[in-house]
Amino acid sequence: MSVSRISALGAIALSGALALSACASENTSTTTPAGNGTSAGATGSANCFSGDLKAEGSSAQKNAIDEAISVFQNACTDANIDYQPTGSGAGIKQFIAKQVDFAGSDSALKTVEKDGAIESEDAAKSCGSPAWNLPMVTGPIAIAYNVAGVDKLVLNADVAAKIFDGKITVWNDPAIAALNKGVTLPATPIKVFFRSDESGTTENFTKYLKAAAPEAWTYETGKKWTGKGEGKEKSAGVATATKGQDGGITYVELSYAQQNSLKMAQIDTGSGPVELTAESAGKTIATAEQTGTGNDLALKIDYATKEPGAYPIVLVTYEIVCSKYADAETGKKVKAFLQTFSSDEVQSKLGEQGYAPLPAEVATKVKTAVDAIS
Amino acid sequence: MSSVTGVSATDELPGPDGRPPLSADAASTGRVGDRIFGGAATLSGVVVIVLVSLIAVFLIVQAIPALADNSANFFTSREWAPGGEEPRFGILEFLWTTVTASTLAMLISVPVGVGVALFITQYAPAWMRRPAAALVDLLAAVPSIVYGLWGLITFSPFFKPVQGFMEDRLGWFPLFSPTGISGGTIFFIGIVLAIMVLPIVTALSREVFDQTPLAHKEGALALGATKWEMIRTAVLPFGRPGVISASMLALGRALGETIAVTFLVSALADGSPWTWSLFNGGETFASKIANNAAEFSNPSKTGAYIAAGLVLFVLTFIVNSIARVVIERRKAFTE
Repeated sequence: MSVSRISALGAIALSGALALSACASENTSTTTPAGNGTSAGATGSANCFSGDLKAEGSSAQKNAIDEAISVFQNACTDANIDYQPTGSGAGIKQFIAKQVDFAGSDSALKTVEKDGAIESEDAAKSCGSPAWNLPMVTGPIAIAYNVAGVDKLVLNADVAAKIFDGKITVWNDPAIAALNKGVTLPATPIKVFFRSDESGTTENFTKYLKAAAPEAWTYETGKKWTGKGEGKEKSAGVATATKGQDGGITYVELSYAQQNSLKMAQIDTGSGPVELTAESAGKTIATAEQTGTGNDLALKIDYATKEPGAYPIVLVTYEIVCSKYADAETGKKVKAFLQTFSSDEVQSKLGEQGYAPLPAEVATKVKTAVDAIS
Repeated sequence: MSSVTGVSATDELPGPDGRPPLSADAASTGRVGDRIFGGAATLSGVVVIVLVSLIAVFLIVQAIPALADNSANFFTSREWAPGGEEPRFGILEFLWTTVTASTLAMLISVPVGVGVALFITQYAPAWMRRPAAALVDLLAAVPSIVYGLWGLITFSPFFKPVQGFMEDRLGWFPLFSPTGISGGTIFFIGIVLAIMVLPIVTALSREVFDQTPLAHKEGALALGATKWEMIRTAVLPFGRPGVISASMLALGRALGETIAVTFLVSALADGSPWTWSLFNGGETFASKIANNAAEFSNPSKTGAYIAAGLVLFVLTFIVNSIARVVIERRKAFTE
């Protein structure tokens, strides 16, 4: 008796579910073409598509890509772009495994063997065509400090390296004083904060120290911090710690330094102190050497640049794409989105997020490369 | 002391048509409800055991290749450089930080937690007991990230001068020697963990103290004991196994706490000198794994972190086993 009642209930539930799913599939099939029509009519600049685009990778470009996504989706309401900031390594891995349509990375695909694999070759194999590195966002790294009474501070690579290596331990050290004539430096001990997680910011900052002050910075460069100090979790962690500690100093992306209203050191590259601005950071990118060929725009930044007015500590994040997608539809989607991302409209907005827009000459090359994606 | 349940008068009577009377065990078998319930209970038990074993197997299988490649001693090395051509990693630092911070948390939270439980069950006026108990339980429901934020923003500035004072006055003692780490020290983490696990200790201790037989308490009072003597001779011995298991549950939580610790802790730079000081930084197993989860770029590196996770798993297992042994032995004395 009770058994038959249960089975009757089950049958009703099952048929209900079937009916519902039938409704649902009907709905999607009717609405999609209608939605397509309206969005195509409503937009002028972007080549809209409908459907999903998936990307994953560097967390350093998260805010920038969010800005681009919101601009794109405002124009194209049917497009759904998803970017997961899981880290550069994870992004490249997912890209090679074809789980995502493009990857965001803090460094270009490696062309030499590492851990038994060559990233660029694996990516090309997975794409069936060469994979391109397209620089899209540049993130200046600030040397942010918190010293009571010191509003302007000039450092050079050598002194910075000694501070972050624990060789200079007080703020009124003669080496710092020599660069800051006329500034009263207190005898506060220096507290260095570093990123305790592995990060592209650490990698770029140590690359800068190594390139610009090879005698003072003798450690390996890498995602893991090798200097001295006190480790804090992620950018937010080091920024908060520096803000809460008199005598604190750290390296952090510009946006975090700004949001925590930390003071930023000017860098003396040998041609006078340079303040960190979007323009001064862009200048360093513009002088970078292109190591990729053709539309592969992998860059080699000259951290030791002596170019007047160029701020040398910058991070370039790339979008890693297939030059020719196996599925032409995907190619179109990636192209459409990256056209928006590299557009002057989006790039000029990035300044507010603490990034620097691509300098004009690099932006032109990126646009050409994006147009060539198929 | 043991009583037999499930025996009723019908079991003892001869059955109809001359069938033998039902014995206590046979009475319950063969009925659908008993079979389903018994089967479901057994299944649940087996699933839990299988699940824990599978987790252990997963950890071991993932960790072995990395451990085989490790060129440093896994237990005594302070280096942590997994991945790469020649991985070198050891867990000594994490083990020290994890164990000392958790021990400190226990030293603070157990006496306070037991005190709170005694107050609620023995001293508080009747109208206050329920609201006070509810408030303590509410503490247990606060997400750990909130403790992390609170610790970072509110508690840390308050704690810094305290730490400075202790380093100044007690710095001669190795456990309190100054290290130059400003916030996020083992001591600080221990205090925050203590606050986090306090409700666990309190809630469970309260339950067992409440179960103290009235006859024990009244007996003690009748013999002329003061309230404190009554608690000492009747309530505390009765509640001891409960307090111990509460503490072990709390210790398990403290050992494995991830988010709040990751948020607060100050990691040490490579090659910092070894010190016994509680005012040093350091990372716990859980915070180290959580902080670097985004960069598990190859199996060898992932394996190293999983090996660290395995040590935490074993550590928690050992702690719980010791607790079980202690409780079993105490039971023999109290009954």
